[in-house]
Amino acid sequence: MVSEPTTVAGWVTLAEQVLDLAAKAGASQAEVIVQADDAALTRFANSEIHQNVAEANARLSLRFVDGQRIGVAATGRFDLTALKAVAETAAQIARNVEPNTDFITLPSPGPEPIPELAAAYSEATADATPELRAEGARAVIAEADAAGVTAYGSFATTTETIIVANSLGVRASGARTTSQLITVSMGPSGGSGYAEMAAVDATRIDAAAIGREASARARATANAASIEPGDYPVVLETYAVVDVLDMLGYLGFSALAVQEGRSFVELGRKVGSELVTIRDDGADPAGLPMAFDYEGVAKQRVALMTNGVCTGVVYDGQTAARDGVPSTGHGLPAPNPYGPFPLNMVMDAGTSSRDELIGGLERGLLVTRFHYTNPVHPKLAIVTGMTRDGTFLVEDGRIVGPVKNLRFTQSYLDAIAAISAVGRERRCLKGFLGGVVVPAVRIDSWTFTGATEH
Amino acid sequence: MRDLTERALSTATVRGATYADVRIVEQVDESITVKSGRVEGVAAGESQGFGIRVLVDGAWGFASSNRLEVDEIDRVAAQAVRIAKASATALRHRVQLDDRPPAHGTYATPVVEDPFKVSLETKIGDLLAADQLASSVKGIAFTESTYAALRSHTIFAASDGSYTDQTITHVGSGIETNAIEGDEHQRRSYPDAGGGWQSAGYEYIRGLRLADHVEALAEEAVALLSAPQCPSGLMTIILDPSQLYLQVHESCGHPTELDRVFGTEASYAGTSFLTTDKLDAGFRYGSDLIDIVADATAPGGLGTFGWDDEGVAAQSVPLIKEGIFVGYLSSRETAPRIGRQSGGAMRADGWNRIPLIRMTNINLLPKPGMSLDEIVADTDDGLYLRSNRSWSIDDRRLNFQFATEVAYEIKGGKLGRLYKNPTYTGITYEFWRSCDAVGDERSYVMLGTPNCGKGEPGQTGHVGHAVPGARFRNVQVGVGKW
Repeated sequence: MVSEPTTVAGWVTLAEQVLDLAAKAGASQAEVIVQADDAALTRFANSEIHQNVAEANARLSLRFVDGQRIGVAATGRFDLTALKAVAETAAQIARNVEPNTDFITLPSPGPEPIPELAAAYSEATADATPELRAEGARAVIAEADAAGVTAYGSFATTTETIIVANSLGVRASGARTTSQLITVSMGPSGGSGYAEMAAVDATRIDAAAIGREASARARATANAASIEPGDYPVVLETYAVVDVLDMLGYLGFSALAVQEGRSFVELGRKVGSELVTIRDDGADPAGLPMAFDYEGVAKQRVALMTNGVCTGVVYDGQTAARDGVPSTGHGLPAPNPYGPFPLNMVMDAGTSSRDELIGGLERGLLVTRFHYTNPVHPKLAIVTGMTRDGTFLVEDGRIVGPVKNLRFTQSYLDAIAAISAVGRERRCLKGFLGGVVVPAVRIDSWTFTGATEH
Repeated sequence: MRDLTERALSTATVRGATYADVRIVEQVDESITVKSGRVEGVAAGESQGFGIRVLVDGAWGFASSNRLEVDEIDRVAAQAVRIAKASATALRHRVQLDDRPPAHGTYATPVVEDPFKVSLETKIGDLLAADQLASSVKGIAFTESTYAALRSHTIFAASDGSYTDQTITHVGSGIETNAIEGDEHQRRSYPDAGGGWQSAGYEYIRGLRLADHVEALAEEAVALLSAPQCPSGLMTIILDPSQLYLQVHESCGHPTELDRVFGTEASYAGTSFLTTDKLDAGFRYGSDLIDIVADATAPGGLGTFGWDDEGVAAQSVPLIKEGIFVGYLSSRETAPRIGRQSGGAMRADGWNRIPLIRMTNINLLPKPGMSLDEIVADTDDGLYLRSNRSWSIDDRRLNFQFATEVAYEIKGGKLGRLYKNPTYTGITYEFWRSCDAVGDERSYVMLGTPNCGKGEPGQTGHVGHAVPGARFRNVQVGVGKW
């Protein structure tokens, strides 16, 4: 009888048992991924907690390789019957598919052990209680009360344990923690403000400061004026810059996107301003670190854009084999038709203070964040979306007042080419591709194409 | 299972819950991806777990686990109560639920051909045949074909005595063809972007007849590379069902979610312009032709079930009647706040998520009179837009912008040349008020999406939309610089 492990070592042992089952079923190679999550999230709205949840979850998947035929099966049950069924199902799938001629081999262990990233894990986050999260929510609400606005948001704490083991000897395992507090404060006369913080250690999140920032923005955006859509220079706060990096990562910085001809990336092509340097770095303690990918390969630091020039893309095993290069450690769990993604993007800081960024606008807009962005023309990275929770008119370098939200339809490539100043302060935030470390930026032209009523 | 649900409810109640419910969910899924004529990935999965939701001192708590064991049920029930007590430290209004009668019974999606019993060889063969045909068309850069099936078996029990047993089966399949030249990347999809989805068996997949459509589709993707750019201006547009369903989803489905109206999604997806003062006040959402219902009983819809995840029976709720806003998607907690009973829209994405108000099947009803072809014939000058490529709408669901894969010029009642990169934008209620023709039953088709995002932590909803085609006047087309 096999039961669900409670330690990393126990999970590794169980993964090895499944590798044995795969070998007995005829696998020439096999890979097991275990993801065990302990996650909780406290959500508040109308200045009270309205949803409050926790989950304990674990899932094991087996990539069964028979020559170049591959099958994947997964389960959330860990008794011997379930594990045998996983091996049999994956084997049956492999028997029914044509060979994948791009597949050469699963990864072998690297020359050096995968370094342990102490910065990826916080005991305080792993031990976070409902009371701790409620305390954070109450701190945000208290700031909203003091400012005469209403608080909405969430406080999440997550511990994720990942084990990757394969029949060639790869044994990658570890736990990482993340925490995130976001809040939208809404005030009278249409005011709305946003603030967010993400960290490995939940106790480093200053809930009161986040609450103060959002509440101040909510008060400052009351009675927003209408403004005509058109081309404006802008300052994007960090919350908006995250979307630009995420979208560029999603559309372009993946080897698969390049191989399929749908990426804007050509190595050596200059697409951004000299001020733009972006890398993916799973070891950077300023972000939300990850030591290895879902193929058990140590994450390499990849220079994606250096002084505006495209200098790299991220690889997983299959895309690397296609190009005859090593994987950079950016694989996702198999089967993965989406290809590799940069999950730890970091943008270099600049030299400008926030006041200097805004001070450089003769007449432009200060944008706090974007909402519901979506590519309209992926290869040109033309994206549409809305501004939200804090949009301001700036004249002669000073904020003169709030404006109603605008729709934009803008090439993010043109935008990074027009970056004329980069903030010296950076924030760690959670984007849709993972932890992102970004500064605020000033962009000389941004195309707004529509308006809304608030 | 009844012993486990009773254990969960009794433990929660003993520890202080005034209301508790538990869902035990077993799920199986399978997926096949074919790219450019080659099988890229085949996967099968199973998941099992339970979630316990409790009210303590008028506050919610929820905890869940994949370990379906008595000791773990006790631990999770206690954890849910502890979480609810933490919620109560920041509570301003005690939760009150409506008084729906206890739910009892079983429900299963009608399935003719069980997708999990069709051989893998057949399923891969069907997909591969279509994809290889498409990828052989000259000028195609890459193709991607997908098939997926999902079956959830859910036991729901509540401290009011409710006990239901449901088995829901969803299947989906589709193909994308991509043509790339220089900076131009054009795509055409069938049956629509993201594939066609229904609650059904493999008979739905066979009925899609992918292989019959893909060559013409791929040729159109290639033709788009050299097609002129879609013009800009105020124009008449006709939306094919493959685009209109997403227009309904974004600008009618989400704004009518009562939790959004009350602000409980404000920090993530946003709120809604459809404030409660507009209910029963004659607010004109659209033209007289617009009748929209939330119908959880519609055959084949991804939002079709026996009971929602609060034990409220499936029903059809009018949302917009002859253009006037008349109802919301609601829950047992939100409905009493507007003096109504829950409309049964609470659905959870698996055992480890709480139910949220989700769309069921948000259907734009057909209008007797003109077929979609006759609407085209009745149009002197305009564009016919097909298959979604991009979507975006503001946080109160007013300003939207969509892109479609293709536009066809309409001149003198006939479809003409292709235009590439079409986009259109508008304000929700202005757009729906501009509708002057809705197709009849002949174009009415059940579509849907399996990837509607909502909530924190994130949940992915499966929602249905039955729609015909429809015509709209004076719409801003061709947005942005190209």
